[in-house]
Parts: sequence; C-alpha cells; structure tokens
Amino acid sequence: MTVPRLARKAFMLLGLPIILVAVWWVASAGSTSPFWPPLQTILETFPATWTWDRIVQDVMPSLARLGIGYGLAVVIGVAAGTAIGLMPRLRALSEPVLEFFRAVPPPVLVPIIALFAGYTGWLGKIITIALGCLWPILLNTVEGVRGLEPVLGDTAKSYHLSPWRRLVFVVLPGASPRIFAGARQALSIGVILMVISELFGANRGLGAAIVQFQRSFAIPQMWTGIILLGLIGVVLAALFKAVENRMLAWYVGQRQIERGE
Amino acid sequence: MSFTRPLTASLEDRAAASSTPQDVALDLRGVQKTYDTPGRPQVEAIRHLEFQIGRGELVCVVGPSGAGKTTLLRSIAGLLDLTAGEVVLDGATVTGPPQGMAVVFQEYGRSLFPWMTVRQNVELPLKEKGIGKAERRDKVDRALAEVGLTEATEQHPWQLSGGMQQRVAIARAIAFEPTVLLMDEPFAAVDAQTRAELEDLVRSLWKHLGVTVLFVTHDIDEAVYLGERVIVLSNRPTVLMEDVRVDLPAERDQLTTRSDARFGELRGHVYALIQKAKAGERPDQPVPDEEA
Repeated sequence: MTVPRLARKAFMLLGLPIILVAVWWVASAGSTSPFWPPLQTILETFPATWTWDRIVQDVMPSLARLGIGYGLAVVIGVAAGTAIGLMPRLRALSEPVLEFFRAVPPPVLVPIIALFAGYTGWLGKIITIALGCLWPILLNTVEGVRGLEPVLGDTAKSYHLSPWRRLVFVVLPGASPRIFAGARQALSIGVILMVISELFGANRGLGAAIVQFQRSFAIPQMWTGIILLGLIGVVLAALFKAVENRMLAWYVGQRQIERGE
Repeated sequence: MSFTRPLTASLEDRAAASSTPQDVALDLRGVQKTYDTPGRPQVEAIRHLEFQIGRGELVCVVGPSGAGKTTLLRSIAGLLDLTAGEVVLDGATVTGPPQGMAVVFQEYGRSLFPWMTVRQNVELPLKEKGIGKAERRDKVDRALAEVGLTEATEQHPWQLSGGMQQRVAIARAIAFEPTVLLMDEPFAAVDAQTRAELEDLVRSLWKHLGVTVLFVTHDIDEAVYLGERVIVLSNRPTVLMEDVRVDLPAERDQLTTRSDARFGELRGHVYALIQKAKAGERPDQPVPDEEA
C-alpha cells in the first residue's frame, strides 16, 4: 500500500471520530453544568479513575462474565441451532417457543433470573448475558443450516461422508456465514447485558461502577466509564472482525467474484 | 467388489470383463417413480424403465426436457426412493448411495465445497474411506493430473473458471475409484469450446480407467459423440423410446467424428426420436390423434 492510500484509509477510519471528539471538546469547553462537564475535565479524570486496581476489580470481572456468557451462548446456540436446523420435526416443535423467547427483551429477564440465581453473584449475570446472546445465534444457525445448498447434501451423501464429517466439513462451514451474522448481533447484546446485569444489586463491575459514580454525583468519573465502555465495544468489534475475516475468507472471496468486483 | 482396485485398470481387463454378456454393472428392473407429496398433485415421473449397462460401457441418456432425466439419475444414485422396481449395481440392490458409485452433478459450482481448496475437495471422500495420508496425497495428485489440473490445486473452486470447476468435480469422482460414474448434464453450463474439451476428457478417462459411465445429457450431439449406446427417453411419464447402438469407431475426435457420415445418420435418428417424444409419441401408447 502506498503512503497516500494508507493516509486515506487512516482518514476514513479515524476521520469521523476525530471530528466528533473535536466538536464535543469545543462545545463543552466552557460548560459549568455539573452534569455536562468539559471533555477536558473528563479526560483529566480518566487516569485517576481507571487505576490498575479498578481495572482488576471492576473491568476484568465484567469482561470475564461477558466472555463466559457469550461463549456459552455460542456453544449452546450453534449446537441447538444445528440440531433444530437438521431435524424438520424438532424445528416444527420448537419454532413457536423460539419465536416467543426471541420476542422477550433480554433486560426484563434480569430481575427474574436474579430471583433464582441471586443478585450479587456471578451466576445470575452470566445467565443473563448467555440468555440474551443465545437467540440471535440460535435462530441464525437454524437458518444457516436450513439454507444449506441441497446439492452439497447430495454430494456428501453420495460420497458416504459420516455424520460427523458431514457436520464438521459440510454443515457447519456452510452455515458459518449465518452463524457469524448471529454472533455479531449477539456480541453487541452481550455488551449491553454485561452492563445491565450489574445495574441491580452489584457492587463491583464496570456497569456497577458507572452507576455508583452517578449516584455519588461523580459526574466526570461517570463519563469516563461510559467512554471506557465505548472503547471496549470498539476493541471487541475489531477482534470479532479479525476472527470473522479469517474464518469467512472463502465466503468474502466468493461473493466478490459473484458480484464481479 | 472392486472399489479398491487401482485407478488405472488396463484396457485388456476391461475388454475381458465386458466380453461376457452377463457381466452387468448396472441393471434397472421395472423402475418406476411417482412423486407423491401430500397436498400436491401426484406427479408420475418415470412409468417404467428397464435397461442394463455392461461393465466398462459408456452409455448416454437423452430425452426431451422434463423427461425425468435427473429423477432417473438420482434414483440410480440412491438419492431417491423408487415407487416400484429396483436398481441393481454389481449384483446388489441400491437402497442408498452405493459404495462403488460416484456422481458428477450438473451444478458444479454448488457441488464443490467453497470453503475448501481444490485439493481438499478431492481429498475429503478419500479421508472417509480411511486411506492413509501419503496414499491419499498420491491418489489426489493422480486424479488431478488425469483431468489436467496440476496447478491451482491450493486455490478455492470459486477462483476457477466453470470448466475448471467441473474438472475438479470429475477429479473428485475418479479419485473415489468408482466402478460406475454417473454424470448429470455435467457440461450444460459451460461454453461450447470448454464443453468440447471436457467431452474429450470424459472419453479419455473412460478408456483409461475402465470405469462404467452413465452420462445424462439433453444435447443429442454430445450423446452420440460420447456414447457407445444412447438411451432415448420419452416425455413424462418416462418410458424407453429406443436404445440406440452407436457404431462409431472407438477413437473419436471432435473434428473427424462429428463430420463422419455415420455420426450424421445417428444424430439424425436420435433427433427424430426426440422430436417424436416431444410430440407425445410413446412406445407404450398409440400415436395421439392430431387435433382430435
């Protein structure tokens, strides 16, 4: 890549964020409102607020719960989705139930889950995240498996591929574009639920910290928490994209050729 | 019996094998197929088909469009349950995809696994057979060389042209070392020049490997050029119109064979049969009255 093209790419990537930050900086510069502190003040507060101790005590546990809950959702969602997608009877049986659960907004489950799994421990929070992330992954996996090219199924049959090989080499790769689409949706739901699960009766965690700052009128600190949350979202999305680009390279390439790009 | 035999059986073997008339590779006995989906009108696709294919023969099946060619092929491949009758491969009734059979589908672009490289595509069925790594590699290399694909083996199928993709599908089929190779209008979607090349490839593979080939096509020229016999099907519900013996020399090439007077006669004959079939004439029924 030549230098001008690199610069262009960097501008495309960072241009809008830089403009937005600049607008925020200028617009909030002289603010005296306690709820709307100048960006300069927020940024000055940042290092003192997010010390190593706080990162270990609050950020890491939140991310760990997100990781566990999201991981569970991926494993369960892909496994159950594949089974449902492959078995028409099971699908007919489970479809109404799935549609019902999908329509329930995950945050309303927080108080219910807390009743069974406790308000303060990890379990309730992990269940909340996993349940919220499960549906998009599960339903997309079902669709991906169902939408598999029938000729590929015939090919697998006529070459006597064992059920295991069919699953690993045919069904899962074939459904992977849809699985990734579901997993991407689930990731943003997971970040939201990571925060929401801590709003009720938790005293440690990124979400809990933001609420505590707000309740103790530590407004600039609260803002730093929100910024940190946004940055975590950006990093997670980038990580996701990197994994997706690697796993779906064939799909991206095939689509480019089909579209004549 | 012989899906373990070497990739290249000698011509003598094949000649010896096919000299006995009872050595039948594929036997269709009273095959009948009616699609009976609840909630939809019944469709009688194949009424009655009965023919045999000798070991090492190359037989083409042609018929008017909608003659149930694909239904027939899928039945033989064990991908479809018959309503009545049976398909016997190497003495055993076909109840599911049989061991000694490989299929090359019409939709080459959709029968290859796009997430695998060319090599992995050819190799996958061999893994299933439990062949060791070194031997697998060797077989894949030979199959790819047979179809003229020695480069591009680490590319993905969608990076190749249509003709090349169909070569990959053929390589996968012959690496499997079937006794019977089924081909379902494999060249319907490639351009005329590529098609001629692929036809010659099929002829040369057939001679070289001693495999029995059943080649389904809608193209009359292709059927006569390739086949030792051409089985002409009626319109739906399908019965056999005629089993045409192609008495052209064994050595065929695009230029001389196609300008051969006998080729023209055979082509004309099959063409006339197809026209009759299209008009609704069937051997199992009297000719329908014109404007009755």
